[in-house]
Amino acid sequence: MEDQNKGFEAEDALQPKDNPRRDFLKKSSLLTAVALTPGVAIKAAENHLDEKVAAVFEKLSLDITVNGTAHNLSIEPRVTLLDLLREQLHLTGTKKGCDYGQCGACTVHVDEHRVNSCLTLAMMVDGKKVTTIEGLAKGEQLHPMQEAFIKHDGFQCGYCTPGQIMSAVACIREGHANSEGEIREYMSGNICRCGAYPNIVNAIQEVKNGGQQV
Amino acid sequence: MKQFQYVRPANQQGVLAAIAQPGTKIIAGGSNLVDLMKHGVMSPDKLVDINKLPLRNISGTAGGLHIGALALNSQVAEDQQVKNKFPLLSQALNAGASAQLRNMATVGGNMMQRTRCPYFYDTTMPCNKRAPGTGCGAKEGFNRMHAIFGFSDKCIAVHPSDMCVALAALDATVTIQGRKGTRQLKFTDFHRLPGTTPELDNNLAKDELITGVDIPNNNFAQHSYYLKVRDRASYAFALISVAAALDIQNGIIRDARLAMGGVAHKPWRLTAAEQLLKGKPATVANFEQAAQVAMQGAKAFKDNAFKLQMAPASITEALTHAAGLA
Repeated sequence: MEDQNKGFEAEDALQPKDNPRRDFLKKSSLLTAVALTPGVAIKAAENHLDEKVAAVFEKLSLDITVNGTAHNLSIEPRVTLLDLLREQLHLTGTKKGCDYGQCGACTVHVDEHRVNSCLTLAMMVDGKKVTTIEGLAKGEQLHPMQEAFIKHDGFQCGYCTPGQIMSAVACIREGHANSEGEIREYMSGNICRCGAYPNIVNAIQEVKNGGQQV
Repeated sequence: MKQFQYVRPANQQGVLAAIAQPGTKIIAGGSNLVDLMKHGVMSPDKLVDINKLPLRNISGTAGGLHIGALALNSQVAEDQQVKNKFPLLSQALNAGASAQLRNMATVGGNMMQRTRCPYFYDTTMPCNKRAPGTGCGAKEGFNRMHAIFGFSDKCIAVHPSDMCVALAALDATVTIQGRKGTRQLKFTDFHRLPGTTPELDNNLAKDELITGVDIPNNNFAQHSYYLKVRDRASYAFALISVAAALDIQNGIIRDARLAMGGVAHKPWRLTAAEQLLKGKPATVANFEQAAQVAMQGAKAFKDNAFKLQMAPASITEALTHAAGLA
């Protein structure tokens, strides 16, 4: 999914200022706006901001707390939580792998539950608290799971790692890290193409057995 | 993804009014619907988010257990009452999807999920379920994952759920709310066979809402087992799955419930095999006989003939585990 506004910006840069298609869009948008008559839309259209007219109709208000910071945003309903985090809040630690809920690279916590942010519409986390990989460390002090992944070489290329770590933290909090078999089962939603699985299991077991607060 | 409108009604009345409009679709967890919308398989004009409705409770009733339609799959799987009274359901839920997806998916949404037939998902392929009248790509195509029971000329897809196989075995009922009132359906009557209208997965009307599922008390908790056979150890759809539940007293089977997944357009209850087991000693030989009875009428396609052996072997194994003989 592309960011609608970015698309418009890109198009603007390529279009001459007096492009007839743009004029048509502006006029037709104005007609639509008049027909539907919200005052703010008409005002936007008068100012030749046809893209903003579309925005008035399509965007919804979203309150979301990410890593302790509250945001009030205006978004299109089709924006996923993953795209919101990466494209609008510039928190690019959360990765887009498959974008279809099959790889786990996009795993974040919503109100303490791990979810696939690629299949979560941002509007559906309205009023909720989201934690991403950027929210785990306390300042310069890494989270125990981050430390353990480094110690045990729990990654090679590192692309799946933020999702693996978010999932690993949840796995312990849920009480599903009691054996290697249980860890493997409850971490099965996170795919690692480099095959760092044994080291990931070791990292999780160390944190679990160390009894540290996760 | 096509643009759509999004509404979040505050109450049931608002939801029922919204879903009565054409082009609308309910969203609960979204784990399947958002995926389908990204693929262009489904493209609703408006999503009706039902998460404001108070349908998350799991509560004991006089006759059994009530599970709200918005209870999360993970919540149901971990629920102590479910684990104690209906461990089969807990096992089936934990065999499905991943921990992340189980935290998103709801009970009602799990029931409403669409088939994972690759021809349904690929919008460049014919599929009578996605685009009625275009034909079935799977019938003459790559049909390794497909049905061996209850299919039609129009569609050979299977229902992908594990949870539903357990609920079919456990004699659950579904409560459905429409604008004119409430109705109840046996769980086994909720999903349907494809027939000439494979675009319809189930018997829920467009303007109706699933509000919950009820499971009656039973004597199967001591002897139940959910077996799922798949291409990898976890996080894959079933090639074959079996929900087996036995009531055994002094080595004799007093009652039995059996259902299979991965074999038909709906959870496939094996009533003939259940009947055969009733009153018989709980032995592997009897389980093998029940498995043979269960397979009567099965028919394979080009790539899924292995299911004709895998299914009876799975039934026998699930019953053996359920009986504690494994």
